[in-house]
Amino acid sequence: MTTAAPGAAPVLVVVDHHDDAPRSSAYELLTVARTLGPVEAVWFGAAPEAAVDRLGAWGVARVHAVPAAADLLPPERGEALAAVVEAVAGPGASTVLLASTFENKETAARLALATGAGLMVDAAALEAGPDGRVVAVQQAFAATWTLRACTTTPRAVVALKPNAVAAVAPDGAPTQPEVLTHDVVPAAGPVARLVERTPRPASDRPDLGEAQVVVVGGRGTEGDFSAVEELADVLGGAVGATRVATDEGWIGHEAQIGQTGVTITPRLYIGAGVSGAVHHRGGMQASGTIVAVNSDPESPIFEIADFGVVGDLFTVLPQAAAEIRRIRGEA
Amino acid sequence: MRIVVCVKHVPDLQSDRRFTDEGRVDRDQGDGTLNELDENAVEAAVTLAEQHGGEVVALTMGPADAEDAVRRALQMGADDAVHVVDDALAGSDAFGTALTLAAAVRRIGEAGPVDLVVTGMAALDGLMSVVPTLLAGHLGLAQATLAAEVTLDPAAATVRVRRELDHASEVVEAPLPALVSVTDQANQPRYPNFKAIMAARKKAVTAWTLADLGLDPAEVGDAGARTRVLEATPRPPRENRVLVTDEGDAGLRLAAFLAENRLV
Repeated sequence: MTTAAPGAAPVLVVVDHHDDAPRSSAYELLTVARTLGPVEAVWFGAAPEAAVDRLGAWGVARVHAVPAAADLLPPERGEALAAVVEAVAGPGASTVLLASTFENKETAARLALATGAGLMVDAAALEAGPDGRVVAVQQAFAATWTLRACTTTPRAVVALKPNAVAAVAPDGAPTQPEVLTHDVVPAAGPVARLVERTPRPASDRPDLGEAQVVVVGGRGTEGDFSAVEELADVLGGAVGATRVATDEGWIGHEAQIGQTGVTITPRLYIGAGVSGAVHHRGGMQASGTIVAVNSDPESPIFEIADFGVVGDLFTVLPQAAAEIRRIRGEA
Repeated sequence: MRIVVCVKHVPDLQSDRRFTDEGRVDRDQGDGTLNELDENAVEAAVTLAEQHGGEVVALTMGPADAEDAVRRALQMGADDAVHVVDDALAGSDAFGTALTLAAAVRRIGEAGPVDLVVTGMAALDGLMSVVPTLLAGHLGLAQATLAAEVTLDPAAATVRVRRELDHASEVVEAPLPALVSVTDQANQPRYPNFKAIMAARKKAVTAWTLADLGLDPAEVGDAGARTRVLEATPRPPRENRVLVTDEGDAGLRLAAFLAENRLV
């Protein structure tokens, strides 16, 4: 991967983090950001100190801490971020990168509105365009079309899908980033308030939106996810579900994959007992390799599967899991 | 209580959706439909009006066909419908869309204050999910988005939503007037009966142009778009696809496939 020419405008990367640890998507953003210009990080919340060394090792020159933003909802975060952008970015083109989650897309939209920037969300890749503008690659219509787009404005706000690029640490010695704290005063005006927040219990499995492997159970599981979970665990993957499976209460709604649930782009997708309705395909069709196991040979998911098995998931999945363990010498 | 519900006419999900050579969503296929998620928005708006009294105004923008989207909202119980239609709107991005909808909501507000703006969480063509936030920004409203459940407290003048985000479940409360976007978990959209369909036929749809809204054509459509599609290409079909019928060894073959492709 190339590194941007010196003198280019800084690229701001919003570093999502869980307590002190940046989420894996942040390292992906930092990897892409290095190709576009000098990298500066934005840290919502107090005390980025625990992460500063790691950010330095990932090529971050400066860290902008916005302590007040920790408690703000996305629209006000967007306004706070706008204040940071105005404070740091010099004249000319500049870019702000975020991980494409629902919350970040709202933050990005408000930032773009406040700063007159162009906005591209759910990007699958980013390139430096010939005129210095950022070009985003996006999937559309359930990943049946690929778009290349750029902003018509000098400033670009881009939300990049988790997993879209591999995170690669830069060569060379780590820098010691300077930490700047921004005392952002939220703009006056009506705002919503958070009444209650219940974090999801931590799981041993990777996050669905960030997992490299996702095993999905659908109607064909009839509510028994044991074979799905076993294969997911053997592959170190996350467990997802179709709308039917979540509506039936077989698994929580947060596991739903599709246009109204989580959109995933793992390296490997395995659908078990999943028919492949158009809504579901919209949330997974951009996956790298698609495997489907379904007893109904007419299931539409077979139309998009790289490897399809017409068979009973309750025999095929455990056999595959056992074989993978054997190949690895674990059994 | 006056509620504006924004709806969008989109290409049917089941149809062969495509882009034009100019990189715009092809809206000339003639098989458009009300964005499915907007049925949840209409249902939420109509239900809240039934619970608390008041009226629902359905609002859309788009070419002539888009009138179908507000017609559907009328069948589902909306009281009035507004269609912003103007050739200069073609090619509008999320910013042009939000700007136009905001101007229309303000104009609707001239006939009586708007207490709530309701939208779907996303349109199933662009899927950006950012118009609700941009619209709230233009209107200076607090927003409570991605609602899986909506409740209104007219006495306290607040709207409260429960929502499921990636890492947490949240309850968010916004002071009225506010903007709410809903997911498909929020409700089960009603299916209009014959009587409702007949009654909706008699209702007029108000058509407004950009001039009616005092908008400059340069701010919307292609002219005002903040992004430009450089290239739109259909995805080539996946190659080397394998389909096997289990004869007792499909799990082994699957494991071998994953190993060959370095996926284990």
